[in-house]
Amino acid sequence: MGYVAVSGGTEAILNAEKLLTYFRLKGKSKPLLVEQIRDQMRLAVDKVMGEGALYAPNMAALAMKQAEGDLFEAAFILRAFRATQPRRYVSLAVDTTKMHLIRRISGAFQEIPGGQILGPTRDYTQRLVDFSLLSEQPKEMEKILSNIGIQIVPAQLPDTFPKVVDLLRREGLLAPLEPSQEVLDITRQTLSFPSCRSAKLQSLCRGETGAMMALAYSSVRGFGDIHPCLGELRVGYVPLYITHPGCTAKSVYVGRVLVTETEIIAQYSEGDKKNKPQLTLGYGLCFGHNELKAMAMAILDRSTRSKANEKAPAEDEEFVLYHIDGIEAAGFINHFKLPHYVTFQSTLDRLRQSQVVRGEAADAKHQED
Amino acid sequence: MLNIRKIKKPHTGYNFAFLDENTKREIRRKTLKAVAIPGHQVPFASPELPIARGWGTGGLQVTMSLIGKQDILKVIDQGCDGGVNAVNIRNLLTQTTGVQTTFDTQAATVIQTRHRIPEEPLKENQILVLQVPIPEPLRFVEASMAKTQEMHAEMDYSRMWVFLYENIVKWGEITIGARYPSLVNGRYLIDPSPIPRWDVPKLNMADSLFLFGAGREKRIYAVPPYTRVEPMEFEDYRFRVEDFTGQACVRCGSIDTYMNEIYDGSSGEKFYVCSDSSYCDKVRNRKEGRDDVGK
Repeated sequence: MGYVAVSGGTEAILNAEKLLTYFRLKGKSKPLLVEQIRDQMRLAVDKVMGEGALYAPNMAALAMKQAEGDLFEAAFILRAFRATQPRRYVSLAVDTTKMHLIRRISGAFQEIPGGQILGPTRDYTQRLVDFSLLSEQPKEMEKILSNIGIQIVPAQLPDTFPKVVDLLRREGLLAPLEPSQEVLDITRQTLSFPSCRSAKLQSLCRGETGAMMALAYSSVRGFGDIHPCLGELRVGYVPLYITHPGCTAKSVYVGRVLVTETEIIAQYSEGDKKNKPQLTLGYGLCFGHNELKAMAMAILDRSTRSKANEKAPAEDEEFVLYHIDGIEAAGFINHFKLPHYVTFQSTLDRLRQSQVVRGEAADAKHQED
Repeated sequence: MLNIRKIKKPHTGYNFAFLDENTKREIRRKTLKAVAIPGHQVPFASPELPIARGWGTGGLQVTMSLIGKQDILKVIDQGCDGGVNAVNIRNLLTQTTGVQTTFDTQAATVIQTRHRIPEEPLKENQILVLQVPIPEPLRFVEASMAKTQEMHAEMDYSRMWVFLYENIVKWGEITIGARYPSLVNGRYLIDPSPIPRWDVPKLNMADSLFLFGAGREKRIYAVPPYTRVEPMEFEDYRFRVEDFTGQACVRCGSIDTYMNEIYDGSSGEKFYVCSDSSYCDKVRNRKEGRDDVGK
């Protein structure tokens, strides 16, 4: 018997790494520049930053290059890097009315204070393949840029935009905000249920877009009863401040991040019979320009607060929060590629034993008959 | 045979054993709590590692938090030191710590493992770190972590007993193969990680400390030395380990080890081989008059 125990793992791993590089480069096209990914794969970079939970466009683009465009893998690389970074400061709460907008729409009202701004969106494009992109030339790109440049010279935009939902709040149509709680850091403390709101929003904020979309869809389609109306969606840059390290009375501007923010309005608040019926809000906010995720997050924020139908997956917060993390889910689904010889052997042992017992029982019955 | 000496020198850009000291401190505190309450699942922060979730990140974090420069490390997957996952995990640990490694169970001070407890009994100065995919033994009967926590608090394991009973009614046998639910110190039910039933008795009143780390599920638990570990069983349906009666390892001839069945590539013939590869080597070498095990 020429059996040799499985070994040689080191060599196999090294060769697998070499092959990855080979497959990335074998087409022999020009090296992909990280800034090209950052600039021209803007939305993918934003997705990776959101799920990797680190606002670092260059790093996200680099991770995408390294992962050959696998966004799950890129987000994982970014998240693992983030886990090694010290957390020196906590920013002050962001005031999103101060957002420097690039897009802002409402599905609830035709006219909103400050106006609707369509901004960069593919919503109203026809999904026809643009064959002209096959041979895009630098000269044409410059021409297009200079032409557009003229049109987007800042028309006097106001510094702040009031929130659409504040209109409703002022009229008493919207349930008041829940009192703010201490912020729990989900990277330092384990989630427990019922979760606090800050932990829930953090989990949603770094959840995987596709998983959140599927769960939110299930809720609005029928497995739940959230029928959302888009109060407001805004995309833009928000300034971040920290408390001055030496003087707690002062705040220091540390930079700005691009975020997508969504407020969805859902039907009456439930349960409390003493109060007047009011509308309720679902809130979504994520890094970068990722409208689908912010919308799904707002729906899930609201659906997990619903007490109406706990059998609907999207209304069970433990179900939602445990299953939307792309990095955890991908890791576990992938791990079945690991050897399971030992456990499978144990399964076979049980199955064979069960067959023996059942076979004996059947034989005995046969003899009785 | 794998040559560990070839492995690169420790990385410089990272802290000793990868994790920062604050994270290690938290894991040590949670580990101490786990040891103090045998079998109780202690939540911990479980930051992401450069190894995927579900691939041993819980065990890794426990190992990283307790390993010191003087330790001698052994890493196994399915009982084997040379498998790809064992190699990958060992590489990360040696690159970030520079510690000495071994294949010899008896020479190791810290052993990280997936799915097996080595055949050779462990001693007081040894710690076995088990990688855990699903820390919750009650997951068979209850999906919600919030609810299983209550069940543990009340030591309400009735649904698990019913589950085993129904198993017998439906299939004539308890069908749980690996990760057999066991009661620790007469109090907490644990999932002993997907070790085969063969290994469960090794947990009972052992000389060594067993630490269980579940990274994705963010839980640590422990079986301290000299602690009772009792697999769930009925008086008329006893807990039974895997049956290898009549089989001997084709490499070393052992008849008293946990074995994997292998099908010969050309003839399709089935044969058995030890799952604990270094033990198998040891027995073989001893028979051939040599006494070295890969180091």
